[in-house]
Amino acid sequence: MSNKMKLSGLTDILKDLDVQSLEGVTIEGDIELDISGGGGLNPAMAYALGHEAAQISMHVANIARMLGYPVDQLFASAMGGVPQQAPVAGASRIPELLPTKFDVSKMSEWATPIQEVTLGATSADGGSRKNTVTLGGENALPYYFDAEMPHRNYVTMDVFDMPIGMAKSVKENYGDVINDPADWAKKVVKDFNADMVTIHLVSTDPLINDTPAREAAKVVEDVLQAVKVPIVIGGSGNPKKDPEVLERAAEVAEGERVLLASASLNLDYERVAKAATDHGHAVLSWTQLEINAQKELNRKLMKQCNVPRDSIVMDPTTAALGYGLDYAYTNMERIRLAGLMGDDELTFPMSSGTTNAWGARESWMKESPLKQDSDWGPREYRGPIWEIITGLTLSLAGNDMFMMMHPTSVQVLKEITQTLYGSIEAEEIDITKWIGAEV
Amino acid sequence: MKINSPLEAYKFLPGTNCGQCGETSCMAFASHLIDRSLQATDCIPLIEEKKYKKKYDELVTLLAPEIREVVIGVGDNAISIGGDDVLHRHKLTFFNKTALAYDVWDTMEEADLVERVNKIQDFKKFYVGDYLTLDMIAVRSVSNDPEKFAATVKKVMETTDFPMVLCSFEPAVLRAGLEVAAEKRPLLYAANKDNWQEVAALAQEFNVPVTVFAPNDLDLLKSMAKTFADNGIEDVVLDPGTFPTGKGLKTTLNNFLKIRRAGINGDRDIAFPIMAVPFTAWMAHDDEVSASYWETVVASIFTIKYGDIMIMHSIEPYALMPQLHIRDTMYTDPRKPVTVDPAVYEIGSPTADSPLLVTTNFALTYYTVESDLSSNGVDCYLTAIDTDGIGVEAAVAGGQLTAAKIKKGLDDAGFDMEKLTHKVIVLPGLAARLQGDVEDETGAGVMIGPADSGRLPGWMELNWPPQK
Ligand code: SF4
Repeated sequence: MSNKMKLSGLTDILKDLDVQSLEGVTIEGDIELDISGGGGLNPAMAYALGHEAAQISMHVANIARMLGYPVDQLFASAMGGVPQQAPVAGASRIPELLPTKFDVSKMSEWATPIQEVTLGATSADGGSRKNTVTLGGENALPYYFDAEMPHRNYVTMDVFDMPIGMAKSVKENYGDVINDPADWAKKVVKDFNADMVTIHLVSTDPLINDTPAREAAKVVEDVLQAVKVPIVIGGSGNPKKDPEVLERAAEVAEGERVLLASASLNLDYERVAKAATDHGHAVLSWTQLEINAQKELNRKLMKQCNVPRDSIVMDPTTAALGYGLDYAYTNMERIRLAGLMGDDELTFPMSSGTTNAWGARESWMKESPLKQDSDWGPREYRGPIWEIITGLTLSLAGNDMFMMMHPTSVQVLKEITQTLYGSIEAEEIDITKWIGAEV
Repeated sequence: MKINSPLEAYKFLPGTNCGQCGETSCMAFASHLIDRSLQATDCIPLIEEKKYKKKYDELVTLLAPEIREVVIGVGDNAISIGGDDVLHRHKLTFFNKTALAYDVWDTMEEADLVERVNKIQDFKKFYVGDYLTLDMIAVRSVSNDPEKFAATVKKVMETTDFPMVLCSFEPAVLRAGLEVAAEKRPLLYAANKDNWQEVAALAQEFNVPVTVFAPNDLDLLKSMAKTFADNGIEDVVLDPGTFPTGKGLKTTLNNFLKIRRAGINGDRDIAFPIMAVPFTAWMAHDDEVSASYWETVVASIFTIKYGDIMIMHSIEPYALMPQLHIRDTMYTDPRKPVTVDPAVYEIGSPTADSPLLVTTNFALTYYTVESDLSSNGVDCYLTAIDTDGIGVEAAVAGGQLTAAKIKKGLDDAGFDMEKLTHKVIVLPGLAARLQGDVEDETGAGVMIGPADSGRLPGWMELNWPPQK
């Protein structure tokens, strides 16, 4: 027996038939099967040929099926009348999938872009930073298909002007630099890949060291010398002292376009705003989980203090996972949605004090204080993930910049936000095999 | 749902204000239908009186959630997924928290299997008056052997009442599992482009919910879901594929966003619960900590963005705890009050020698402190100061927790310091900076407690009663 058949020839035969369902179907390759002679086949070869033949007959059967020929009955009877699958009691096979297309529209209400705010100034702009960081500019919720996100998320790592209480697993990373803010700043940039540095002048608090503003400003100068990334300058949180501390700091940082943290409704925000505008800095507008307070403060900064729109970043407050993150998430999400829909008192990029996650006992306590709980496991793994999930959640609400502490948290948060942003390539994984995966 | 004002719902009610639903009027009842805190079946006359039958049926159709609800399991352990009406939780609330399933597989030794199932069903974490717990077991067929799979499913059923997901693409394996477990109403995983006819037939024969799986192919996914639903298989779950890394993860997120937006916007053919499989993170990471971390990260993304059920592998506490908390974060009803009433609360049976503690009226803070104290048998007075529902640290920073506020809180509660033998107020560690002010303002002695109330019992042992 000698039988030659070319599959590509079949297309030609079918071409003459006016068969709509074959449109777009091409048979690729030029499969040629030549079974002749016989006798000389080894079992492996016979198997391989059998496989090929079966594949081809499948192809041909599919084509026949498309043409409306009752292939399955034919097969069933050829195989001795026994269908492959026992018939199901009370249920007949559904013959074919209903053809349909998936479609979804983009959000037409998101018509207002978020303000872009650039931090840091290079020598071209009278500063000494090596690079700048631009926040904001979104036209949609983060990572959404409605519009590309123009800038990725950024992480600024915390540095303090004195040793402070920290969770053990955080402290371990900073033991060698804890007394030197400049070295500390260098370390977070060099070793931990921080995009920016936040210098917190906590020692200025009258209830702590009451460091004079003039002296605190020297620390700012040291940090600006030590690193070439844009910086954020934070006070101690003392509403009476902060305006003075930030004024001095703004002065020595003139030209560097830092972010002053922060103006709030419970201190003399006018002084902080003026310090920013006088010296070309941006200002962090901090409110506490209250969208209307955020509107009010932004309005005051713009109308009363003449802070330009491109110099306002908001901190609507970060509560940790398990400690009010639901409020923080929804507050940020509402702010961002309102901004996108045109509320020009809320169209600003946002910043999160993600470090607050370390206040959650789950992140640092050795074991649960409640006897009824299951074992909490090792805390050195709990802490970083608490900070990561707190930050990740807010990133999905639209937060742009993260103030963080733990190097592992920073690394993972950067990787996940940049993955969602679309700038991280990875090897493709065949997820159809997950059920049988050996893990 | 198709209506969104109480007036629209009111039209379908008897209008007699009979009060049998527990509400004072039909209008009040109607507003609860709209906020979904009551159901049409709660109006007794509406279901009992024949003449309302038509209105009842119409109302039920109008009130049906946009995303279909699918029930997995039976009895007390049955779990509903889906049922959502909004894209953002502040617009109403999200319903039916994401079901968390953890895997076992059919090549495990029996002892290991039982131990793992027990760990999954026993895990619990106390939180604001209740336990956070896991929900389901996903049984994976690794062997591809129907008998082995059936035996594993059987063992799982003997060990737990948790509902199950039966995972295989091989219809014969799924059938073997169903023959053992069908009456427990497990979720089938999954129909795909190759096996969908057989799996659909199984879902029909055994009357169980079924997952359709079409990785990154929303046309096929929708086509399968529509085909199933049109053939009477309405309990469908959608798996658009969870690609755990790189561009694949971004695409996965956007598939979830698209499916849910289309569903909420009224495309009934795709308005089903969605499944995520963060398990796939284990195919991308070798070491256990990285895999657990990444799995938790992926699980969190899809808890926040529209995953209704998901399958994970790690059962390490550092993975389970954030997973449980992020789910609670998203599914807590944003309409529930943020605060407790400012007052001096008695914890246990305090006497004149018991300490007087201060915290804020932020509900989360208050309940955390309260459970730390009561579960450790501490008798005391706990003062919730009105800080507009802001936690201690932030309220000190923001000026909502001050000496004057503390004085006012005690005065308003009518609390008489004189009845205490010690005349001492214990401030939270995070409010230490208020110490001097509070002494001046109240004339009482002030002690500084620990920064975390979990340490109060230990602190009491060392510091209470105060030295004279
Ligand atoms: S039970 Fe029905 S009829 Fe009676 S008051 Fe309630 S809603 Fe109205």
